[in-house]
Parts: sequence; structure tokens; C-alpha cells
Amino acid sequence: MKRTIQVECLRYHPETDAAPRYQTYEVPFSDDMSVLQGLQYIKDQLDGSLTFRWSCRMAICGSCGQMVNGVPVLGCETFLRDYYPGKLRVEPLNHFPIVRDLAIDQTDFLKKLESVKPYVISSNVPQQGTFVQTPRQMEDYYQYSQCINCLLCYAACPQYGLNSSFTGPGALALLHRYNADSRDEGKSERMKVVNAEDGVWGCTLVGYCSEVCPKGVDPARAVNQNKINSTKDYFFRFWLK
Amino acid sequence: MEALKRSNKPIFWSLFGAGGMLSALIGPMLIFITGIAMPLGMVNFSYERAAAFAQNGFGKAAILLVISLFLFHGVHRMYHCVHDFGVHVGPGLKAAFHGFAALGTLAAGWLLLSIGV
Amino acid sequence: MRTYTRPMAGWWRRNPFYLWYMLREASCVFITIYALVLLTGLFRLAQGKESFDRWLESLASPVSIAFHAIALLLVLYHAWTWFKVMPRTMPFVRIGKRRVPDGFIVSFAFASSVVLSGALFIAVWWFS
Repeated sequence: MKRTIQVECLRYHPETDAAPRYQTYEVPFSDDMSVLQGLQYIKDQLDGSLTFRWSCRMAICGSCGQMVNGVPVLGCETFLRDYYPGKLRVEPLNHFPIVRDLAIDQTDFLKKLESVKPYVISSNVPQQGTFVQTPRQMEDYYQYSQCINCLLCYAACPQYGLNSSFTGPGALALLHRYNADSRDEGKSERMKVVNAEDGVWGCTLVGYCSEVCPKGVDPARAVNQNKINSTKDYFFRFWLK
Repeated sequence: MEALKRSNKPIFWSLFGAGGMLSALIGPMLIFITGIAMPLGMVNFSYERAAAFAQNGFGKAAILLVISLFLFHGVHRMYHCVHDFGVHVGPGLKAAFHGFAALGTLAAGWLLLSIGV
Repeated sequence: MRTYTRPMAGWWRRNPFYLWYMLREASCVFITIYALVLLTGLFRLAQGKESFDRWLESLASPVSIAFHAIALLLVLYHAWTWFKVMPRTMPFVRIGKRRVPDGFIVSFAFASSVVLSGALFIAVWWFS
């Protein structure tokens, strides 16, 4: 006899709903079932109208971010057994507009991502072969390169929730990833984003972003290191230029 | 993308950081001294001793730094707290908070000068 | 596309992590008031012995002790969170090729605080 767990999902169909509502489902589960699999069970067996994003099922694509009992997690690596015998409340990621049910509008993040020029800018690309980099040079940016754009950090960040003009933890971590890469020469191009009120200065080091990041990126570190860089840039800009 | 104006935060953040570091290092002990040690008589900071300290150059610098940096640290965080509670903050409130810290700094400086050497 | 935006009001009450953050931030109120307490003491000092002695007596009042007790707890919490977060505010520190671990930086900061605080207490006790 399989155990069942109650999964309460936020529902929002703009064509019929003025505001979100909640619907509870009884989901039979085994110990190895993830929250994502629970949602898939609901969609396959109980209610085909439930909408949610997912893809790889192994925490690398960044698609299945949800709020589970108020905490941003990846559905595919969060397990139903850990909430039993309590109830699960599944909601779309905080601080983003809800498009439908558990799917959010990520447009703003994509804009922010584009603004930080997330690519190596170099005038010295080798004509033949590759760039050369020591392990230590790679260590300088490696953890920030692990970002899968899952947006859990944005759901965690209250400053982004209070002010969506804030560039945000993920985009700023990626900005730092390129600034810290020895192959990159684009730091000065990205400083405008760093130095702005909505750049690193929108952060008050709540630190929840790094707490929820599933890949160990530590965006709080990336943002707050750049407060020093921004300060140096502010005071020494006439000196160094 | 909206206009990316350079922020003036570095000035206030540096003061906030210095105050935060100072208060993290010796804040608790200072509070313990004035709040618990002195009333309990563990230390007896007499007027003569205090005046001598305040007349001394090092003493003046220490007193001014503690009062000023604690104030700048406090107001910067308070300003952000107000924002965190969802209240709209603008340049007016920013000027009021930091102006208060500046006034406190000036007052401390003035008093230290008046105490003489 | 008619999206729905959820309100932020009361956000900090919805997660224990945020509550601790707000507590950390609240310490700033007590640090500010404490700075004003010191400023008042300085003012009384400038006024002369009688005034300063009265200020010293006021430190023994129940209100003052209560304030200091709460301030002590909150500023201790501020110090704790400040040092724990320090490694994240600095670039990677290396000795030669090897990275100095975050834990080392935090421990060093705490140790510095203990040493400096101890020195401060001894200095005040010695000169009083």
C-alpha cells in the first residue's frame, strides 16, 4: 500500500482567474520520488491542466525551480519523502510575475543577463589553438561559471522582490565570472552595470541567494566583492585612468 | 535598459563598513563596560580620568572615531531598513539620515575641541 | 499576456532566514542610540565634574541597564554575522598558491575581536 502525500499547488489561469487560487492533490509516492515527479504524476493522472516547466530531471538545466513550503528549490532534486507526513505547498518562484500556474515570466532576468555582457571579450583571441589558463586562474572564476540560470537566487532575494530594477544576484555573479576570467578584457565595459544604484549597490547582503543556490555559485560573494571594486573605481577613477 | 548613473553609495558604504568593523570588534565590550561594568563598580571611570583621556590626542581621536563611525554605520543600515519595510526612500530621507550622523560627528568634534588639551 | 504579480508586504515574516536578517539589521538602531549615549557622556564631560558624575550615576539606572543589556545582545549578534560574512566581501586570499579557507578568515576575525576587546577592558580597568 503506497503512502500518499498532500500537494497543494498554486493555480492561475489568466483566461478565467482574476487572482491565484490553490488546489490540493493526493499524490501516492515512493521514497525516491522528487517533487517534480509528484507534479508529473498530478499532470499525468489527476489534472492535465497543471502547468510547470521542467527538462533534464538532474539539476543542470535550471528549468524546474519552484517554491516548496516557502523555500526556492529545484523540483527534481527535492524529495517528497522529506515533507511526509506534512503537506507540500508548491508555488511559482517568488518575485517574478506568474504567467500560468507554476510558470513564471523570466523576461526581466534575460534582460539583466544581456546587460552584463556574459561572454569573453578579448582582442587577443589566438589565431590558432586555444587560450592558455593555469588552474589557479580558473579557480578565480570557476564557481561562478557553474550557474544554471535557475533563478532560485532571484526568488530568494528580497531586494529584487522590492525593486525589480535591481540587476540581481545571478546576473551579477555571471558578470563577475567574466571579469574574473583571465582571458577576458571587458571589465571596463561592465563597470557601468556594477557601479549603478541598481548594480551591486542594490544588495544588502541578506545572503539567502547563496543559501539556496543549487550549484554552489555563491552569488552573494560575487556581488559583495564587487562593492570593493566599485568603491575603488569610484575613488581612484581619475588616478588610474 | 534604464540610465546607468554611477551611484554615490561607495562613500556611505565605506563609512558603514568602517563603523561595522569597529563595532564588531569592540562594540560589545564598550557596551559591557558602560552598561554593566561601570554600574557594577567593576571599573571606576572618574571625571579626572575621563577628562585626561579626552584631553589626550589619542583619546580625542578614539572618542571621535567611535562616535562618528558608529553613527554612520547605524544610519546607513537604518536607511536600508526603512526601504526593507517597503517604505519608499528617496534622496531626502538619505540626506536626513546621513546628515544626522554628520551632525553627531560635528558635535563630538566640537565638544572634544572645547575640552581642550 | 496577463501575468499576476504577488505583493511583497510582510515578506520578512515568511521565512526564518529573513527574520534573522531583520534582527541583524535591527542592531543598527541600538548602535546608533549607543553612539548618542556616548555623545551625551562627552557633552556631560565637557560641562564639568558634577555633570559628568551625574551622567555616570544615570548609567546605573534600570532604563540604562536594560538598554545596554539588549544592545549588548544585538551588537554581539551583529559582530557574529559581520565576521561570518567577511570572507564573502573580500577577494580570494592566497598564501603562495593555496587559498586561505573562509573558516580561517572568520576565526582570525573572531580572535582579533576577542584580543582587542580584552585589551580594551584591561586598559579601562587599569586606568580607572
